[in-house]
Amino acid sequence: MTAGASIQQTAAHAARQPLLSVRGVKTYYGNIIALKGVDMDVHEGEIVTLIGANGAGKSTLMMTIFGNPRAREGTITYAGRDITKMPTHEIAHLSIAQSPEGRRIFPRMTVFENLQMGAAINGMAHFNQDLERVCTLFPRLKERLQQRGGTLSGGEQQMLAIARALMSRPRLLLLDEPSLGLAPLIVKQIFHIIKELNEKDGMTVFLVEQNAYHALRLAHRGYVMVTGNITMSGTGKELLENPQVRAAYLEGGHH
Amino acid sequence: MNAPSITTTAPTDAVTRRFDLAAALKDSGKSALITLGLAIPILSYRTEQSGADLFLSQRWGLVAIMCALVFGLRLFLHAFTATKAYRQATPSAHQATEPVHAEPSAFQHVSKFAIPFFLGIALAFPFLIVMIQGGLGESRYWIDLGVLILTYVMLGWGLNIVVGLAGLLDLGYVAFYAVGAYSYALLSTTFGLSFWICLPLAGILAAMWGIILGFPVLRLRGDYLAIVTLAFGEIIRLVLINWVDLTNGGAGISSIPRATFFGIPFTNDEGGFANLFGLEFHTMHRGIFLYYLILGLALLTNFVTMRLRKLPVGRAWEALREDEIACRSLGINTTNTKLTAFALGAMFGGFAGSFFAVRQGFVSPESFNFLESAIILAIVVLGGMGSQIGVAIAAIVLVGGPEILRNLTFLQAVFGAGFDPNEYRLLLFGIGMVAMMVWRPRGLISEREPSVILKERKAISGSLVKEGHG
Repeated sequence: MTAGASIQQTAAHAARQPLLSVRGVKTYYGNIIALKGVDMDVHEGEIVTLIGANGAGKSTLMMTIFGNPRAREGTITYAGRDITKMPTHEIAHLSIAQSPEGRRIFPRMTVFENLQMGAAINGMAHFNQDLERVCTLFPRLKERLQQRGGTLSGGEQQMLAIARALMSRPRLLLLDEPSLGLAPLIVKQIFHIIKELNEKDGMTVFLVEQNAYHALRLAHRGYVMVTGNITMSGTGKELLENPQVRAAYLEGGHH
Repeated sequence: MNAPSITTTAPTDAVTRRFDLAAALKDSGKSALITLGLAIPILSYRTEQSGADLFLSQRWGLVAIMCALVFGLRLFLHAFTATKAYRQATPSAHQATEPVHAEPSAFQHVSKFAIPFFLGIALAFPFLIVMIQGGLGESRYWIDLGVLILTYVMLGWGLNIVVGLAGLLDLGYVAFYAVGAYSYALLSTTFGLSFWICLPLAGILAAMWGIILGFPVLRLRGDYLAIVTLAFGEIIRLVLINWVDLTNGGAGISSIPRATFFGIPFTNDEGGFANLFGLEFHTMHRGIFLYYLILGLALLTNFVTMRLRKLPVGRAWEALREDEIACRSLGINTTNTKLTAFALGAMFGGFAGSFFAVRQGFVSPESFNFLESAIILAIVVLGGMGSQIGVAIAAIVLVGGPEILRNLTFLQAVFGAGFDPNEYRLLLFGIGMVAMMVWRPRGLISEREPSVILKERKAISGSLVKEGHG
């Protein structure tokens, strides 16, 4: 009884509070500071994007949320729990999933085995259902279940990385540059799928992107990061129309 | 397998000319001439002493053999590189843009027949040998060789868990072999425990040492891990030498109780194995029993490994080898995963060690030097990391090969009566290794067999394949 009550309490608590909140986080690589005190919130049911140039610290922020590297200062809270000092694998058990930078699929294992690894976290409980689901989302993967991960094309590997993250039925999905190095058509497909996941399944998505135009059009809210600091934030639309953002990230190339 | 649907444009000229014989012959001839030039001052004359006189003997035959050899090898090299270039320029069915299907690979086809074949040979080996050699006594050498090979197969499979599956380079595996051997030696000589009680104890002790080694090296990978494990192997050996009170130092422990047939000793008296089963007593009964014992232990190692590969922990080992960071973000506790790999690998090393002790009846630190670790690692690497059958083949080649070389007396007919093939064992071994590095750098069987093979195999619909290729 008490356990049930406390779960309800936390659920109610979480509804008021942001699902993920980052407060004053500083991360270092040795003596070099990569994040200089970042504040950021992601609310339940939102798509939030973080845009910025190369080396701004976007991926570092994402990895810091996952505890690798760990934040030296500041706090990261997820669903009311302080996860700043938690080991990475325990954070993964809190139903946060990540499609990391550079995909990081298991190249010598088959697509099927890669997906199994994604489901390992909840003991393969709904494996068949989830497999069906990701195969519907990414029909290309279904065709290649028995193929080794390393033999997939770049776009397929990206799909696999996202599919693998989805296998754990995450509440919060962290995506690091899903559009990196992909053909425009595939980028479009992937962004469409992210939107679908958010609208149909109510999944919360935190998206790190360099492709600012697509990301801001998709996201409810966005943050702009410059050399380890968040310099701007607002709704996707606001940022898209912001002259500074336009000048820095959108002019020259994008439509 | 689908035929490649890529329309091959006319191959370039260089490729169509597969192999230019005239040019190759010319080049090989040149090489032979250079050899001749070099051989005249080096090989063709030899000083010989006869009594007080010193005179020159001529060895033109040898020079001719050398030149012919160089010519032949050079020609072969030309032919080889030409076919290789041709093959590379021709599109194969495995090109990345084509889907590689769920069809079982050639390797899977082979392994389907190879495994029962090898198993059958291994099971029938003692009987075959006794039949061929025509007696128990005559087959001693071959059965001992079989036991030796199987010991290395087992060690290879044990180390394969650590190196092949979990990707943790361990250069000190012999330490666990030593722990197992000394565990049995000490437990049986001091407490009089039987082999069947000591075997699991030795495994547990070795596994414990595996975990002890595992803890400090958790954060290390690759070269650094190799150095630490190498040091660990040496430390164990030095402890065995210097802790004289316990281990009797360099003199070793002798008169270790011999193996019994589940309690029935192999002796020539009332209640002995031969007597009980109504056989005529022969010392080789024990040898054959030991053969089946190590075969059983090796198969146990293989069975456990194959089962684990299909379980989450085994798959986590493989994932760990592929990408540690991805593993962690998928919620895998990499610490536990590494420790279980070390512990399990060490446990099988410990089993093999106690088998070694019971077979030899004598253990000393001499048997557990770095060369042993190196051979076991070579078996795993040459076999193709992670491939069970590859490891078995590599063990047969690496351990059995040098033994067979001992018997290549027909070479004396070619190189003269003074030729002792035994002296060239290590040279040939080295050449073999270099050849492996050149032609099969990822091991004999480099293809990883999926742990799950899906029943449903679908043809790839063209419409899906044609979309953008990332």
